[in-house]
Amino acid sequence: MRNANIRSLFVGILLLLGLGSISYAFEIEEQKRYSGANAQQSLSILSTADIAVFEPIILAFQRANPTININYVTSGSTEVMKAIYKEQAQFDLVISSAMDLQTKLANDGFALDYSSEATNALPDWARWRNQVFGFTQEPAVMVISEASFEGLEVPRTRQELIETLRENPERFSGRVGTYDVRTSGLGYLFATQDSRNTESFWRLTEVMGRLDAQLYCCSGGMISDVASGKLALAYNVLGSYAASQIEGRDGLRIVPLDDFVGVMMRTAIIPVGANNPDAAGRFIDFLVRLGQHPELSESTGLPSIVDQPLPAGTVMRPIRLGPGLLVFLDQLRRETFVRSWASSIEQ
Amino acid sequence: MIRFLVTSSIRRRLVFQLSIMAALLSIVFFVAVRSVAEQAAADTQDNILAASATSIADALYSERGQVRVELPYSALSMLGTISEDRVFYRIVADGETVTGYDDLAVPKADQGQRAALFVTEQYRGEEVRVVSIARAVSNGVRAADVRIVIAQTRRGLAQISSQITTNAMAVAIGFFLMATALSLLAAQSAVAPVKKLAESVTRRGPKDLRPVISKTPGELVPLVDALNNFMMRLRASLTRSEEFIAEAAHRVRTPLATVRTQAEVVHRQMEKPENRKALREMIRAVDESSRSAGQLLDHAMVTFRTDQLEQDEINLATLADETCDRLQPTAELKDIEIVRTFSKEPATIFGDRILMQNAVRNILDNAIKYSPAESVITVRVENSSDQAVLSVIDQGRGFGDADLGKLTSRFSRGSNVDDIVGSGLGLTIADEVMQAHGGQLHIEPNKEGVGACVMLIFDRSL
Repeated sequence: MRNANIRSLFVGILLLLGLGSISYAFEIEEQKRYSGANAQQSLSILSTADIAVFEPIILAFQRANPTININYVTSGSTEVMKAIYKEQAQFDLVISSAMDLQTKLANDGFALDYSSEATNALPDWARWRNQVFGFTQEPAVMVISEASFEGLEVPRTRQELIETLRENPERFSGRVGTYDVRTSGLGYLFATQDSRNTESFWRLTEVMGRLDAQLYCCSGGMISDVASGKLALAYNVLGSYAASQIEGRDGLRIVPLDDFVGVMMRTAIIPVGANNPDAAGRFIDFLVRLGQHPELSESTGLPSIVDQPLPAGTVMRPIRLGPGLLVFLDQLRRETFVRSWASSIEQ
Repeated sequence: MIRFLVTSSIRRRLVFQLSIMAALLSIVFFVAVRSVAEQAAADTQDNILAASATSIADALYSERGQVRVELPYSALSMLGTISEDRVFYRIVADGETVTGYDDLAVPKADQGQRAALFVTEQYRGEEVRVVSIARAVSNGVRAADVRIVIAQTRRGLAQISSQITTNAMAVAIGFFLMATALSLLAAQSAVAPVKKLAESVTRRGPKDLRPVISKTPGELVPLVDALNNFMMRLRASLTRSEEFIAEAAHRVRTPLATVRTQAEVVHRQMEKPENRKALREMIRAVDESSRSAGQLLDHAMVTFRTDQLEQDEINLATLADETCDRLQPTAELKDIEIVRTFSKEPATIFGDRILMQNAVRNILDNAIKYSPAESVITVRVENSSDQAVLSVIDQGRGFGDADLGKLTSRFSRGSNVDDIVGSGLGLTIADEVMQAHGGQLHIEPNKEGVGACVMLIFDRSL
């Protein structure tokens, strides 16, 4: 009863604001239906990945499974969480780049168990409880416009980045972009993991705040603003997006910071309310076997899971699935973190 | 069951009992290992939960009169190190939720209890292990009673438990099989001396009453002693009765000889034919009695001497010749002619001379006794490379269709001899002598007409 009331309230508010779809209160960005050649069943997917990026995978899956109609809906990771956690929205598969939110969904009992030959072949660190399955490994990188760094050495570590920004306030003022952790689930994940990994995170935030940093919801916007010259650099951008977007554009460069590179996994879960968990399972099998379709990794820019230990001395710092991810989702912890972050970035 | 235990073999009993013991021990082992290991696994989970709760307690602080906490990353990540279990937590200050899952119940604790409290309960459809610790956090005015509750599902524990059960089961079964195999071996070796003893006693000849001297384990010594004791008594008793018979025969024979001499003297002096006839009957009866007594003596002697057989070199032809000479007078009484056919080369055997004389005399005596008057008895000695044979062939009534094997047993006589007095010991004596010498007594019908052929056959190969 209470849930229904809240839901109708949400729907009402969003309708008043002229936002959202008719059926759900959460914010839908894009939606596209893919009809199978001889469809008998349907699979609805809620995802944080843009249609432009993900379409080749959907089409390849549908070629292999022509009996399945696919309804692909995209939204931000926080909205995706809200849709499943609060509104019990009807989807068969949830794909998100926010590993922490996916883990919380599974931990709090919103995910179904699934196991198959394909998922069992995944390395242990790429799945959790047979409910959360990782299928990509994507680094967080910095994207710079080479023109803005003319005459300066390109920073290789966060420490160097802080120094460069401090020494050239006139050049970088208003031209540094990063995620708004209040609205972007992925941005929050990257920021919290950064705060765990390095002491320089808070100083960097402070410096970016002093330079009047521009805040974004998504990687795409940041990259195009760097390309247009509005930004000199974008910090903590998804490497996979960056690589596919700067292709063929001069003057843009991806800079992995050498002190460490956070690596995120894109994960999939089957929510408890799924109508067609079998088809969702087949889609998961297809996703975790992305390594067998190098042409798809090529066209989407999504690197598949590679089951091999990272080389010694590597700067790659993969984010581990597990209950540790719940810590930064704690309401108090989040409140404190966001408060500190906001007071640093908005000066 | 008890009946089965009493009558079944010692080996089977041992194996059965040892197997049951092994099975019991295996079960005890299985239960012990499983409960210890499961306790250890459960304790591990409790310890990690307690460590997690303590690390959260250390991160409690007070801000503007409010209890707050900065959840340490390790507090929850440590719970994910062993298993992939769901984790829930709740921090309550003075009954108000500070953060965490609102609906997670706070276990009731006694006032002032500071130690970690563990309970197992249901939460969100799964069994969870819950730890609760209490802390007092001062908010400037007074100390707030803060409870930290952490719950973790027990899927990992169940997995560990089933793995332990499988392993413990496998080890217990292996242990049982090994113990059973070893108990088979143990039982085998335990009964081996009994088997050995039984074999050594079974292997003995029918007359072998020597004590058992083979080495036996302590438990069997009383049995062996008892057996030896028994055999000694048996031997003494046999010896005594043989001695008694010999003594009795001897005592009877001597006066009989006197009676016979006296009877013959009287016979010569008798005039009346009916008196003479009666006396002749008497003499004949005395003769038979004396002969039977002689045979009893012979038999006793054979029994004695076979125990310690002498190995003389004997020429069969010479022996046969001497025996024929001795019995010539008896044969002549019935007008029986004894034909001696001896091989040219000497038929030499090794054996006890006195026993051999006895055997040959008894056979020839039998032949004379059962032959009709004015018949021929042939005594033949043949010698070949592998056998020496002494045969006595008569023209008597033969042995009819009697069982030849049975004729040689003591006091057994043919079915066609009712009119002739006899002891039934003659062939027995001959047979026993032959057995003691490793030869054999062979009886067959006379091939050249009526009568029987009794042969003493010595195999040289033996």
